[in-house]
Amino acid sequence: MDLQTITYLVVGATFAVYIGIAFWARARTTGDFYIAGGGVHPIANGMATGADWMSAASFISMAGLIAFMGYDASVYLMGWTGGYVLLAMLLAPYLRKFGKFTVPEFIGDRYYSQTARIVAVICLIVASITYVIGQMKGIGVAFGRFLEVPYDVGLYIGMGIVFFYAVLGGMKGITYTQIAQYVVLIFAYTIPAIFISLQLTGNPLPQLGLGSTMADGSGMHMLDKLNGTLTDLGFADYTSQKGSTLNIALLTMSLMIGTAGLPHVIVRFFTVPKVRDARASAGWALVFIAILYTTAPAVGAMARLNLTNTIQVAEVGSPEGNLVYEERPSWFKNWEKTGLLKFEDKNGDGRIQYYDDKNKDFAAKAEAYGWKGNEMVKVDRDIMVLANPEIANLPNWVIALVAAGGLAAALSTAAGLLLAISSAISHDLLKGVFVKDINEKNELMASRIAMGGAIAVAGYLGLNPPGFAAQVVALAFGLAAASLFPALMMGIFNKKMNRHGAVAGMLVGLVSTLVYIFVYKGWFFIPDTNNLPNNAANWVFGIQPEAFGAVGAILNFATAYVVSKVTAAPPEHIQHLVEDIRVPRGAGTATGH
Amino acid sequence: MSLNEKAAQYWQANVRLLLLCLAIWFFVGYVLSILLVGPLNSISLGGYPLGFWFAQQGSIYTFVALIFFYASRMNKLDRQFDVHED
Repeated sequence: MDLQTITYLVVGATFAVYIGIAFWARARTTGDFYIAGGGVHPIANGMATGADWMSAASFISMAGLIAFMGYDASVYLMGWTGGYVLLAMLLAPYLRKFGKFTVPEFIGDRYYSQTARIVAVICLIVASITYVIGQMKGIGVAFGRFLEVPYDVGLYIGMGIVFFYAVLGGMKGITYTQIAQYVVLIFAYTIPAIFISLQLTGNPLPQLGLGSTMADGSGMHMLDKLNGTLTDLGFADYTSQKGSTLNIALLTMSLMIGTAGLPHVIVRFFTVPKVRDARASAGWALVFIAILYTTAPAVGAMARLNLTNTIQVAEVGSPEGNLVYEERPSWFKNWEKTGLLKFEDKNGDGRIQYYDDKNKDFAAKAEAYGWKGNEMVKVDRDIMVLANPEIANLPNWVIALVAAGGLAAALSTAAGLLLAISSAISHDLLKGVFVKDINEKNELMASRIAMGGAIAVAGYLGLNPPGFAAQVVALAFGLAAASLFPALMMGIFNKKMNRHGAVAGMLVGLVSTLVYIFVYKGWFFIPDTNNLPNNAANWVFGIQPEAFGAVGAILNFATAYVVSKVTAAPPEHIQHLVEDIRVPRGAGTATGH
Repeated sequence: MSLNEKAAQYWQANVRLLLLCLAIWFFVGYVLSILLVGPLNSISLGGYPLGFWFAQQGSIYTFVALIFFYASRMNKLDRQFDVHED
């Protein structure tokens, strides 16, 4: 069977399963819709959280970033896992005890203020919708590449499927579908990694393979070999730190705090039966995430080695050292068609030279070899995971499985984000503020309409991508870190925190982070409206805009503390509420009242 | 011991445990994996430079272990102070 047919079969079969599950687990009450009826087992919930959390960015992009950045890409690995420690210890058990449906609902009740609730809704919608656009784009690209349909057709198919199971099933349908999606995506990620690790090192576990010796009989360690191969071509050493320490630390911190502050993840811990389960569930979620996250470094390093060795076939500098362009493998040709991989024969020798032509120390050597610049003029980082099985000559069914896995990752995250948006609109804005006497049936209808609306908006923005997917994902994390996380944490850990402090803190965190990003990236991301060029020389203390969320969070904490000291303490019953959520006993099922 | 005192003591014990866990979280995630990565890379763990291993493998394993450690200690504290569910 050819690749096309197998891809249709595998992707079609997985989708049939998702839709079947959504139909079986359809929501009948608002409790089912928002929090899956509150009866999800912690391990099942952990698995669903894993699928919810791991988006197209984790599945498709991350290993590619690691492949080309080496050690410096550790910020993503640590940032997107370390946040669960904060979540498990600082937020999840207490928010579960509080027992409501949404994050803004907690902020509104704890700070006895509709203003605080509305500010939280705004932070939530901005952060979630920017994040969901990236997922929609990922869905369009993945369908487009593997089903060979145009990008926009792929996007419409994806929108239709998300609409069907998210709107029908609500949290209940989403949770059970996400468990199936987790299984698909983790197999799709680890199977090619195991094959490649076996080929290169003889060790089937990629986590150990990366630290093993090469299977080619040289006795060299895989990472030493990679370092040597790269430095011979003028590239930077793979395993050492290249960026500034302060910037790396702050970016890691922003991603960690952002992880703990993103509402679609927090709301996951409202679905378990007990406070005790909320703590364990965060641990299970991280176990399921760690399976992919500890495999990714091996995928990245091995893909880089395979790619480099495919082009540099023999000794560097020897006349036959480089691959003849006409003899390039078929995966090379396939990706050239997408425009994501480009070759340009600069010295006219018909062979491919792939090296770092920006490294001044290497320039003299390259000149002596007769090289006239790096001829791999474009190697898009995002193709590495998808191209990896082809580079390693794995069977067609593995390649088809990777396609299904990428789609599962993008769809599951999109569904979770859409649910967070729709519940903020129907539950917090309509029921909480504007139409307080709305009945359950109408609220359920309103949340389904809101979700449909959110899919349409995200789809429209995905059709006309403003061209800033990477920036908006960073913005989503920065915003959540600087606005929601401090307000939630202080609401639990500081009994005296009052509404003035919380609102002032959220606004200072949100606005300072937005301004810092816009100064370097352009106001509202409109090109050429930035005040300063976006490079390390112009950043304050070398802090890149993506890393500013941690600074925004510190400003938020400081402002809230000072303002709360000079204004009236919160009322007695609020202080009792805080004392009550600190103790597990007495947690009922979450309600919306 | 009154109910309020008991709750206050339970909370103190929780915060102490939390600070211990966060100190480990910070030490592994920031000190070993970022600040000291250069010197640690000269030591090797199998075929891994140690600093690189902490940043791309060890820190993630530590995070998982920390959460389960915290959860199990909290379950004990819940019972010890008689604030556990059901």
